[in-house]
Amino acid sequence: MQIALILAGVLFSIGGVSALYRIIRGPSLLDRVIATDVFIVTIMCVLGTEMALNHHTDSLPVMLVLAAFGFVGSVSFARFMAQQDEA
Amino acid sequence: MIPDGIRDGITVFLILLAALMCAAAGVGLFRFPDVLSRLHAATKPQILGLMAICLDIALNSISVGSFALITAIIIFQSLTAPISAHMVGRAAYRSDHVRRELLVRDELAESIDRAEQDASSRRAAAGRSSSLAEESSAAPAED
Repeated sequence: MQIALILAGVLFSIGGVSALYRIIRGPSLLDRVIATDVFIVTIMCVLGTEMALNHHTDSLPVMLVLAAFGFVGSVSFARFMAQQDEA
Repeated sequence: MIPDGIRDGITVFLILLAALMCAAAGVGLFRFPDVLSRLHAATKPQILGLMAICLDIALNSISVGSFALITAIIIFQSLTAPISAHMVGRAAYRSDHVRRELLVRDELAESIDRAEQDASSRRAAAGRSSSLAEESSAAPAED
């Protein structure tokens, strides 16, 4: 159990760190948008893991709000890119 | 209801599944060459990883309220993740962030070409008819 949880932590860290690397280095704005989405989902998964391990449901509204923010953020960035491109 | 050992086993399995999805998305973001392939890698943990984690939460705290919130989260995410991925891909195609030499087949370019040919022929026909109308009634044309 302990070893599996440490392994899960390492895998979550790999996902988060490479998403951060893509946010910093990403050649275009759209790469950064995608990486931000992945980073938000990683945060949601880590929150959910903590809830499942400690048998409580206090952060479920936080997960819902994070999902809404990810959606609104990436859609507005994509719209902004398209309008900038047409101009 | 469920024995503790079995529940812990399922919990750890689902956590590892979600962690593997997140790590795969990270590696895909790190290694893949352009926006569309990175988009393909990025949408994996958004649905499967999140569903595994939500199932895990539901398994560990069984109540109606948590079921309702978890269902809301999963339905919201599975409705919005394809929309945002579609719009990011569309913006990438329109702003030329696609490396076309990596594409096996580009059907959108063919349809865009066809649509542009249709539009130009229709514009030519409209221009002819409007010039005729202009000669007959001497009305000023806008474009």
